[in-house]
Amino acid sequence: MDSIVIHGLRKSYRKDQPPAVALDGDISVRKGELFGIIGPDGAGKTTLFRMLATLLTPDAGTAELEGLDIIRDYRKIRTILGYMPGKFSLYSDLSVRENLEFFASVFGKDIRANYGLIENIYCRLRPFEKRKAGKLSGGMKQKLALCCSLIHSPSILFLDEPTTDVDPSSRRELWENLAQLKAAGMTIVVSTAYMDEADRCDRVGMMKSGRFLTVDSPRTIISGFGKKLLAVRSDNMFTLLKDLRSMDIVSGCYTFGDTHHVTLVSGADAGADAVKRTLAEKFGHTGVEVREVPATLEDCYMNLEEK
Amino acid sequence: MKEFFSFVRKEFLHIFRDRRTLLVLIGLPTMLIVLFGFAISTEIRNVNVGLFSEDSDMAVTRLMEKIDRSEYFTYIGKFPSEEALDEAMRQGRIDVALMFGKDFISRLYSPDGAEVSVVADATNPNNATMEVMYLGNIISEYFRSDIAGAVSVRMPSPDADASDVVIPASAGRLEPNMRMLYNPQLKSSYNFVPGIMGLILMLICSLMTSVSIVREKETGSMEVLLVSPVRPLNIVLAKMIPYFVIACVVLLNILLLTIFVLKVPVAGSFFWMILVSVIYIILSLGIGMLVSSLVKTQIIATLICGMLFLVPVMMFSGMLYPIESMPVPLQWLAQIIPAKWFIEAIRKIMIEGVPVRYVTTEILIMTGMAVAFFSAAVLKFRDKLD
Amino acid sequence: MDSRNVIEVEHLTKRFGDFTAVDDITFEVHKGEIFGFLGANGAGKTTAMRMLTGLSFPTSGRGIVAGFDIWTQSELIKKHIGYMSQKFALYGDLTVEDNLELFAGIYGVPRAEVPVRTDELLTRLSLIHEKKSLVRDLPQGWKQKLAFSVSIIHKPEIVFLDEPTGGVDPAARRQFWELIYEAVNEGITAFVTTHYMDEAEYCNRISMMVDGRIDALDSPAALKSAYGASSIAEVFDILARGAVRSE
Repeated sequence: MDSIVIHGLRKSYRKDQPPAVALDGDISVRKGELFGIIGPDGAGKTTLFRMLATLLTPDAGTAELEGLDIIRDYRKIRTILGYMPGKFSLYSDLSVRENLEFFASVFGKDIRANYGLIENIYCRLRPFEKRKAGKLSGGMKQKLALCCSLIHSPSILFLDEPTTDVDPSSRRELWENLAQLKAAGMTIVVSTAYMDEADRCDRVGMMKSGRFLTVDSPRTIISGFGKKLLAVRSDNMFTLLKDLRSMDIVSGCYTFGDTHHVTLVSGADAGADAVKRTLAEKFGHTGVEVREVPATLEDCYMNLEEK
Repeated sequence: MKEFFSFVRKEFLHIFRDRRTLLVLIGLPTMLIVLFGFAISTEIRNVNVGLFSEDSDMAVTRLMEKIDRSEYFTYIGKFPSEEALDEAMRQGRIDVALMFGKDFISRLYSPDGAEVSVVADATNPNNATMEVMYLGNIISEYFRSDIAGAVSVRMPSPDADASDVVIPASAGRLEPNMRMLYNPQLKSSYNFVPGIMGLILMLICSLMTSVSIVREKETGSMEVLLVSPVRPLNIVLAKMIPYFVIACVVLLNILLLTIFVLKVPVAGSFFWMILVSVIYIILSLGIGMLVSSLVKTQIIATLICGMLFLVPVMMFSGMLYPIESMPVPLQWLAQIIPAKWFIEAIRKIMIEGVPVRYVTTEILIMTGMAVAFFSAAVLKFRDKLD
Repeated sequence: MDSRNVIEVEHLTKRFGDFTAVDDITFEVHKGEIFGFLGANGAGKTTAMRMLTGLSFPTSGRGIVAGFDIWTQSELIKKHIGYMSQKFALYGDLTVEDNLELFAGIYGVPRAEVPVRTDELLTRLSLIHEKKSLVRDLPQGWKQKLAFSVSIIHKPEIVFLDEPTGGVDPAARRQFWELIYEAVNEGITAFVTTHYMDEAEYCNRISMMVDGRIDALDSPAALKSAYGASSIAEVFDILARGAVRSE
């Protein structure tokens, strides 16, 4: 069953600029699915979220959330939706508890009614209940914000870049929480700039210039990579990057953790050994290591980018 | 309803946690009232009076004694000539001069009347006005009770550097006829009280309300509130209640200070004064709401409220300049300033003590403005971001 | 001070009341390296950075940054370092050119050199055609690259980068890091905080801050083998799990 169905939404803010969002065709998100949106800044992620959250009226197209139209039934949608905007700020002068109580009452709910849903997240915050939200660390703030968006037990949850400025441990905890919510049947749409996070989604939409370039499961996206991918390393990583790019058989080269990832032009039958030899002999690199590696989602994103 | 009250509770929490702002809101009016009151009562106290009289008469001597006994004036002495008086005023030894014409007393009973001139140093026009008014009061009372004479006070052209009051007295009529240039209705010197009320109530209700609503837009929490089943209009109304309460507290504070510290009794109906103030508070809240629905940043909200609504209150309230002495176009402009009507109404009720039917116009205009601002705000209010 | 070090810090401590934000840290940063300064939110990174950039005084301990003492020469430190944070980059309502001139002026670049350096910098970023555009109209990734270039316009000894790539997509982050590489290649030292663990791998050495202390400091490869981890993210998790402070 589909929880979210989008029929070609379109929105532009200024006439003299290309539209912020211009989706063609239908996109749907199944009930209980964890859907990720990745894309550069300005790709239209926030605009899309705001339209789906009934905050912006689309110029054209429509969408349904749990069968409710985002334009006609926007009041009803607001009761079943949890939304955590990118720059969601809690009330920094209110305590943790007061924030939570307030957001519960906004939805006409009592904290106790849905406490089960947030228990796993809130238990970490309990020791600081009396502390002002403004004095919490980034990770704690973000946990509290998530609790506040969940307190009314929404059936759909939108998270706009929830992990920006959050340290790795807190991020991992958040994704564990999302997995639990998904298991409880909640439909979750989350945007992120972290590719390792996108890997945890059931399906990923890669967005650019207001459009989805591809929408599929991470595994399918990766299996569609279709190019030979080499991980290269040497003692001087910076010159290595430049030298690799100057090679004719290299179509793309970018840093990737402690190695550089290299894709070769199609048709080039040179393998890892050939590249290694060239680097050592022609460019005089020492400590060269070249091996073929399987693509990751991040590699797919980088290659979409380059097109 | 439960949601609504939790909103109100939250707003109160915001306000009470921000002690500094609260202190300013409560402390500022207190400080203004006490400062203004103090300044006025001291300056009017040590006024030096000089006398020039061509003949020495017992009636004049007794008048000077009476003036000297009053808490405001000190009789410096008699000067030999008008030039000597002039010189003394230039040197600052005297602030006010009394000049009695020749044969003053005998003329007092003649049909033509007698003349006494009151000349005040008008470097500070407000003080000069008050000095002349007080002195005029003492003189007319003296002639009314001690001598059967009639007194009228007149002042010459406004651009003279000294105010000159001529009191011709004619036999048989006792009614004093005083005309004041800057204050023709002879309101007391406590005009600043309505002005401060107009200023502070506007500050709390329009500026504080709009800034507090716009802050939520800026920090992003409004986005979350909009995506909730709460009627967005309720969010805004809930914001107004705490400021309404604070405005009422401040209003009471000002009134208590005025009555018990400045010892200015409320001349007219207390009930109507409160009612007029409440209308003005609601009107100001409407302005705050309209501003907050139009702007996106706290800075702009502050500027609009400050420039469009607070500065004019200072300008047109009569706190700084009397409206009557402004150029005509500015006087027209004053008509659209909400605070002008409030200050007028309060002045009439509180200080002049006129019955409420004389302030019907002001009340109707303020009510009309309140309705207009609220309708505009509700029309402009969007429960979406675009 | 060893001339090969740009930062030397000994027993640096900062207390706020009874809370010890930075707890007796000792380390040095070598000239020309990329030094990753990692730690969970609230581990004390920001406080430590403030002391190193001359914005606040330590409670106790010694420190020398770019050859100047943090106790007595904080004004000189400010002149000889670059600083860039994702939170404040450039003035959005000024043009690219205006911003460059402004910051060149602030950092004391000689007047005659300003146009030369500006053009050189914009050409390198291929932003020369955007010279007259308002900074707020540029894409986020460009803004950050520009902000970084501005922070090294006065050719400082060391540049402090406080979470420079927050919220930026993988492609833009890579372009940003290539700029860092380039600057380091020209002899500038980079001191970077980040939450992206793959970026930590780009550093020559990284330190891990836990509860105000530096619990580990070494090259990424050495850290990974010391903790038996396959990635820096794992090392981070192992260390962060030991944290007592949850804020």
